[in-house]
This record gives sequence, C-alpha cells and structure tokens, in this order.
Amino acid sequence: MSTKTSSLKRWYVIAAPYLWLLVFFLIPFFIVFKLSLSDLATAIPPYVPVFSWSTGIREFISQLDFENYSFIFGDPLYVNAYFSSLKIAAISTVLTLLVAYPMAYGMARAPKSWQPTLLMLVILPFWTSFLIRIYAWIAILKPEGFLSMFLIKLGIISEPLQIMNTTTAVYIGIVYSYLPFMILPLYASLEKINPSLLEAAQDLGSQPWRAFWQITVPLSLPGVFAGCLLVFIPAVGEFVIPDLLGGSDTLMIGKTLWNEFFNNRDWPLSSAVAVILLLVLIIPIVIFQRQQEKVREAGR
Amino acid sequence: MNRRFSWFNLTSITLGFAFLYIPILLLVIYSFNESKLVTVWGGWSTKWYSSLLENQSLKDAAWVTLRVGFISATVATVLGTLAAITLVRMGRFPGRTLFSGMIFAPLVMPDVITGLSLLLVFVALGFDRGFWTITLAHITFTMCFAAVVVQARLQDFDKSIEEAAMDLGATPLGTFFQVTLPIIAPSVISAWLLSFTLSLDDLVIASFTTGPGATTLPMKIYSQVRLGVTPEINAISTILIGIVTTGVLAAAIFTRRQRVRAEREERWAFGATG
Repeated sequence: MSTKTSSLKRWYVIAAPYLWLLVFFLIPFFIVFKLSLSDLATAIPPYVPVFSWSTGIREFISQLDFENYSFIFGDPLYVNAYFSSLKIAAISTVLTLLVAYPMAYGMARAPKSWQPTLLMLVILPFWTSFLIRIYAWIAILKPEGFLSMFLIKLGIISEPLQIMNTTTAVYIGIVYSYLPFMILPLYASLEKINPSLLEAAQDLGSQPWRAFWQITVPLSLPGVFAGCLLVFIPAVGEFVIPDLLGGSDTLMIGKTLWNEFFNNRDWPLSSAVAVILLLVLIIPIVIFQRQQEKVREAGR
Repeated sequence: MNRRFSWFNLTSITLGFAFLYIPILLLVIYSFNESKLVTVWGGWSTKWYSSLLENQSLKDAAWVTLRVGFISATVATVLGTLAAITLVRMGRFPGRTLFSGMIFAPLVMPDVITGLSLLLVFVALGFDRGFWTITLAHITFTMCFAAVVVQARLQDFDKSIEEAAMDLGATPLGTFFQVTLPIIAPSVISAWLLSFTLSLDDLVIASFTTGPGATTLPMKIYSQVRLGVTPEINAISTILIGIVTTGVLAAAIFTRRQRVRAEREERWAFGATG
C-alpha cells in the first residue's frame, strides 16, 4: 500500500492510534514524573501542583523538590521492596522456565495433528480470569486446604503445611499464572527446529542428551529470551499475587505502591515509587521492544 | 524423527496440564458444594448459584463490566487494526520507533504503573472518574494486544494481492475493505475477543481509574476474596470460566474454518492471476 498511498493519506491511518497512545500512554508518564516532585496536600486531588501555565519556567524550576525520592531512598522498607521484587521476579522466571521447557518440548515433538489442540489447551487458562486463577490457589494452599488435606490423608505429612502467606506461595502463583507466556514463545522456537539436524547428530554418533544440549538448546534461545522477558517484567510490578497469596511477610513494590495510593492516599509518593520502578524496568522493556521488532522483520 | 509421543514427552505434557487445570477443576467442582466450608465436601447443590441471582450489587457490577468490555474491545480493535497496518504496511515514517515502543511496552508494563499514570492524566484533563474513565483506560492497554494479534496475520499474507487490486484500479480504501479486511477478519475477531476478556479480567487498572459509583466485577470479587474464600465466589467464577471457555472454543473453531477457506481462496487468486 505504501507505494501507492501519498504520504498525506498515510497519516490518516497512522494518526488515530498514534495520537491515542501519545495522550493516554506517553504523556501520562510525564504527569507521573511531575507529580512525583510535588507535595502531599489534604485536598482533592491530594497534591500541590508544581506547575501551572501561569507560573513561569524559572519559578517552576525553583519549586522542584526531590523530597519524595530522598524519602524513598532513605527508608530501607522501600529499597528492600525494590530488591525483593527483583529477586522474587528473577527466581519465579527461572522456575517458570524449568516448568515450561519440558512442556513446550513435548508439545513441539507431539504428533502434528495433536499440536493445535495442545496449543489451545495452553492458551485457554490464560483467557480465564487472572484473579480467579489466583483465588483457586488460596483454597489449595491454605493450612486446611486441599494440598495439606491430601498429603495428610496419604500419610506423607502429619501437620498442615504452612505455604499460604509465604514467598513460596508467591512463586507458585507467578509460575502458574505466567506459564502460558513462557510456553508459547518456547514452543514457537522449538517447533521451527528442523528434526533432520538431530537425526544428523545421531547418525554421526552423538548421544541424544548431547545433541539436545548442543543443537536444541542453542536454537531455542530466542524463545527462552522472549519468554523470560514476558514473565520477568510484569512480575516485578505484580500486585494481585503477592497481595492475595503472599500475606504481610512478602515485600513487593507493586503492593507498596498500591498501599501508598489507596491506604495512605499519598499520590506524590506513589508517583515517585512508580517512576523508580519504571527506571528499573526501562532497560528490559527496551530490549523486549527491540526483540519484537526483530521478530517482525524476520517474519516478512 | 518419529511422530508418536515418547514416554518423556507424554509425561511432561500430562504433568504440565495437570498443574494448569487441577486448580480450575477444583474451583468449579466446589462451586456445587452443599457445605459452606469451601474445602470440605458436603454433597451436590446449586444453592450458591441461586443466591448469586439475588445479589443485586453483584449483578450491577457484572453489567458495568460487560458494558465496559464491549465498548472498549470495539474501539480497541479498530485502533489496534490501524496500528497493525501502520506497523506492517507503512514502512518508515518519522517517529516510527516511538510508535512501536508505545505498542510493545504496554504488553509488559506492570498494571500498577499503567493504572496510576492513566488516573493522573484523567485528573489533569478534568474528566469525571467512573464508567468512562475505566473504558478509556481499557481501550488504551487492550489496543496494543489487538495490534499484535492483527499484525501477525497481516505479516503472513501476500502483499501482492493488495497491489494487484490497486493495479486493477481499486482505491486504497476500497482495497482495504474488499481485499485486506476479509482476509484478516479472523484475526480481527480474535483481537476483539482478546481485548474483551482482558477488559473483563482487569482489577488493578480499573481500581485506579474508577470513581464513585462504578464498580466492576473483578473489583467486587477482589473485595470479597480479601474477606476469605466463599462458595459464592466459586459460583461466580465458574460462570465466568464457562462463558470464556465457550467463547474461546467457538472462536477457535470458527477461525480454523475461516483460515482454511481463506488459504484456499488465496491460492485460487494466485492461480487465476498467474
């Protein structure tokens, strides 16, 4: 279409989504940043505006203050929340990869006629409510829940397990809800591997395990990479899972932000928390975008 | 390479699917539990479903959620399709990298950041918070998912069909409605369904952007879950799971049929022109 469409007409198509995203996605970040530099006030909305069109640029600069940021960096509670979010997200990403890889591998090696059905079965839970799937785990993990009851009945344990309201429950929750995001890119890259490569390796006397490490794993790395980013980035800022499964012991930044906003009603401070979270995530997000663009270019 | 299940592959698939589906199955089964204790079986009963029907605030929340989902999915699909055309067919234009960044970043952006920033923009613009601000917020994040779904299909199909139509004198707009849209229609429908379910599902962004009077179903469920597990939540969850499963399966069957037909027609078109 591009060859025939004049450049002015092209902009009719581009303008609507472009303007929408500028107004509702990009500009909001600047407002968050601006608000993070203002002070809390008991008003509606509860902050003192830093910049209005009537004040000049010089006044604007003189009013800026980094109070909220120095508060966050001065309080170990916030700093720990960032580090613990990164740690929990990293560990859960690795666990998700370990669960997803054998599944994606098995799917890619399954009979061709089965593959669309298996794919459908992976996608289906992703379409059912996130909140409901987390809720389902409460009934399983709580001390008088299904898991403890089942293991007691089997005689494996005598006391109920204490998993609910621990970090372990958060790991289980993240692995469970993000599993499809890991399986799909893994499957996509595993499915593309030409089986004759493995046959050739076998014919040349390579052990299956060695062939797996030297051929399958390297060729699946783009899928591993995409899957890990798709799990890791949103997991760092996750709110629902640590809130419902992690209890008060689990420190995660998404929960901190939520509490600052909804319980303490401190909009400027929660904005500052959001800005720092965004700065922490900006590098993985840019890598993710680059990678998606590359996939798109390769798909042509 | 043999194409039957090997022992190892079969085990890993079975265990994986057990992990994915057992929690959902338990939830559905125990929604039919007579006992008020969620984890103790007391016999079959549908009483929790009838008590749902009497819960007016839950029904109101469901109605708000459906309307938000319907409006936002429709607008998001239109914007997302335009965005997909921009990404795949427009080549280079000033600000292209920024544009693709704004399409891909929301896919992984933590909900708490999206929710907070959208709320602040609504306050800055002086919008009354409530039904419409939730809808605008949902359009914004679901249009990016819609764009990715449509983009995948646009990439697959041969651009020369569009060029052929234009060589034969069709206008770009005519080409889009008579050639491109029929071919990408299945992906546009999946994009709508995905946007709709994402909107039905969202708790965090809706909580930030709502105002007095507009409570969505996830917000309602969340406030009840915080008080503890109840068979009523199991019942409402089962209804939602049932609706979504039926919708997704129907869409999958429809899409597969459409795709087979579209591929056949595409081949036929090539046979006729070449």
